[in-house]
Amino acid sequence: MSEQLKVALIGNPNTGKSTLFNDLTGLNQKVGNFPGVTVDKKTGIAKLPNGHSVEIIDLPGIYSLYAKSRDEQIAFEVLYDRKGTLRPDLVIVVADASNLKRNLLLYTQVADLNIPVILVLNMIDVAESNGLKIDINKLSNKLGIRVIAVNARQNKGVDDLKQAIANATRVATQLRTIKVEELAPELIGEISEKFPVSSPYEALQLAHQHENLSSLSTEQSDLIETLEQKHSFHSSSNQAKETVARYSFINDLLFDCVTQDESAKGETFSNRIDKVLTHRFFGLIIFVLILFLVFQSIFTFAEYPMSFIETAFLNLEQWLSRVMPDGVFTNLLINGVIAGLSGVLVFLPQIVILFFFIAVLEDTGYMARVTFMMDKLMRKVGLNGKSVVPLISGVACAVPAIMATRTIENWKDRVITILVTPLMSCSARLPVYTLLISLVVPDQKILGFLSLQGLALLSMYLIGFFAAIGAAWVMKKIVRSRERGYFIMELPIYRMPRWSHIGLQMYEKAKTFVSEAGKIIIAVSVILWVLSTYGPANKMAAIDNKYETLAKTAGNDQKLLEQEKSAEKLEASYAGILGRSIEPVIKPLGYDWKIGIALITSFAAREVFVGTMATIYSVEGEGDNLVSVRQKLSSAKNPETGLPVFTVATAFSLMLFYAFAMQCVSTIAIVYRETKSIKWPLIQLAYMTAMAYFAGLIVFQLLK
Amino acid sequence: MNLSELTIGDCGTIVDFTDQEMSVKLMEMGCLPGELVKLEQVAPLGDPIAITVAGYKLSMRKQEAATILLKR
Repeated sequence: MSEQLKVALIGNPNTGKSTLFNDLTGLNQKVGNFPGVTVDKKTGIAKLPNGHSVEIIDLPGIYSLYAKSRDEQIAFEVLYDRKGTLRPDLVIVVADASNLKRNLLLYTQVADLNIPVILVLNMIDVAESNGLKIDINKLSNKLGIRVIAVNARQNKGVDDLKQAIANATRVATQLRTIKVEELAPELIGEISEKFPVSSPYEALQLAHQHENLSSLSTEQSDLIETLEQKHSFHSSSNQAKETVARYSFINDLLFDCVTQDESAKGETFSNRIDKVLTHRFFGLIIFVLILFLVFQSIFTFAEYPMSFIETAFLNLEQWLSRVMPDGVFTNLLINGVIAGLSGVLVFLPQIVILFFFIAVLEDTGYMARVTFMMDKLMRKVGLNGKSVVPLISGVACAVPAIMATRTIENWKDRVITILVTPLMSCSARLPVYTLLISLVVPDQKILGFLSLQGLALLSMYLIGFFAAIGAAWVMKKIVRSRERGYFIMELPIYRMPRWSHIGLQMYEKAKTFVSEAGKIIIAVSVILWVLSTYGPANKMAAIDNKYETLAKTAGNDQKLLEQEKSAEKLEASYAGILGRSIEPVIKPLGYDWKIGIALITSFAAREVFVGTMATIYSVEGEGDNLVSVRQKLSSAKNPETGLPVFTVATAFSLMLFYAFAMQCVSTIAIVYRETKSIKWPLIQLAYMTAMAYFAGLIVFQLLK
Repeated sequence: MNLSELTIGDCGTIVDFTDQEMSVKLMEMGCLPGELVKLEQVAPLGDPIAITVAGYKLSMRKQEAATILLKR
């Protein structure tokens, strides 16, 4: 056999399909993307006992081949698409043995497609402890296929499965489950004549799903539509008939093959946990406590690795500037590439920690309860129960928060969550707020204990939160969706987290972020470096000359000269020119061209604001020294009026601008990646900039 | 009566659906005519609800539960 056999894993959510995938492939896996959807395409290589290796494809978890979301459509698409590179030679249906009835529905659908199939009964341990006895040989005989019992968590039965894959034939052996032709005889007949289908059921699936299949041309899809009208085919009543027939087949099957030991029934352990964790009163308190723990951990644990990464890059920069010859290349490497790289890597600790918690909450089954408890509240503003975690995570960093929206199946809910999450006050805004608040808010206590500055900071966080909720509510009215909003969700039983699985997930998220968002972030950092380093040649040369002469003059402080020179160069650079050219636009907000430069440079990342202000006002020492930056800023005067630049009005206007503006290339990059379209990041950029501008304008005009 | 009218701990047998499109989704999840359901939990804010059906726990909004007709 020259060509590698392709094997697809398919099954309901929460059946331990991913664990089985990990068991089969080990670390030998690749995460990519299915075209057009946002489910990860996981493929891997499994070594078989006979020395051959096969390619394993993990399909998204689904309850039925009839897709309920764009992400689910990929499953049937892969099975149907003859030209697709992924079309499997063998399908492994993974079923939860403790919940066979519902899990077998998908099996019967896949089996009727006439593709070779193996049935895996996973979580056999849970089934046994629930008192279920499954006669596997009988089940195997009745279905006409190999049935393998597996406990993926303990890696039991995986070798049997590998052996079964090795022994699998390329011919489907399964017995037909229901009489598909009876559902729509003429229509199935005509589609089978005109399309390359390998079973009547594939023809029927085409009739139901032709509108969603990207491998069908518009003419083909229209042809099916015409045939449907000719035979007055009604999709949902036909599906209902089919499902009833399938369940009646399953009921007969299970009656023969499964016995339930009644004594083992009764209140399950999982049910007792639920009584506490979703309790009317304690449920919400426990949830808030868990959120608090997650949030605290992100801030506390991420702090050390983050400052380690920052210091490491700072040292690297210093070392490079010592050993490399002066010149454009060194400058580009240090201030463009390395600065960009450090901007990417500094987010890693937060991403890894957040995803550790999300993976634990998902894996134990608690996340489904969060959705269950918060759905009503979130639905009122156009979000979904599952939006809670991304929104809260957004307070640390919008990047992992937006990556976390993948758990939201409903496309509209997910897009709205992505669009509003960056309004939550992320940690990059903190240095900006701290600087501006310390400038204009007096360091006083009210009522003896409430710090005025602390209150101002808290208000900024609240403003971010309410802006996100408000924006979601508006978008709920605007964003159109073909999907009908509904909420029918399994509450899986509580289980212990699988640590290796969680480790793997953290690793994958980190890798995705660095490789996908990293490219865009570094590219933009380099562009910003060019803008702030280069300017019209004659002006730049004039500055060089001026300072060369000054440097030769005895008595001048060389260090001070260097600072003044870089300030003047920034002013003359393209960024400076841009800053001046946007001055008329930002003047009504109370900003001068110097702030304009900072707005432009902090487009890459908000915290750059502090560093840029330091350079413009040629602050001594390191740019991140907040105290010295503050002193310079508070003494800054407007040369025309002689009044201070940073009044209360300007500072609050700036704070609101930073609260609402989309000044984060990493977020834009990740939104582009997660929505697979340039449309959403652009809409987000536009609406947030507009909000920022008008909020800044109103506040400045009211306070001035 | 419909499923949204049950109180916690109560059981009923599914007889019919009032919304065909929704019924397809519910049936796929195991809510078939003749199936026994039990109301297990109500979310702290009163909606959604969670039921036991076909041996597992399923949650849905009250508005969806109202499309499932039951007999005691």
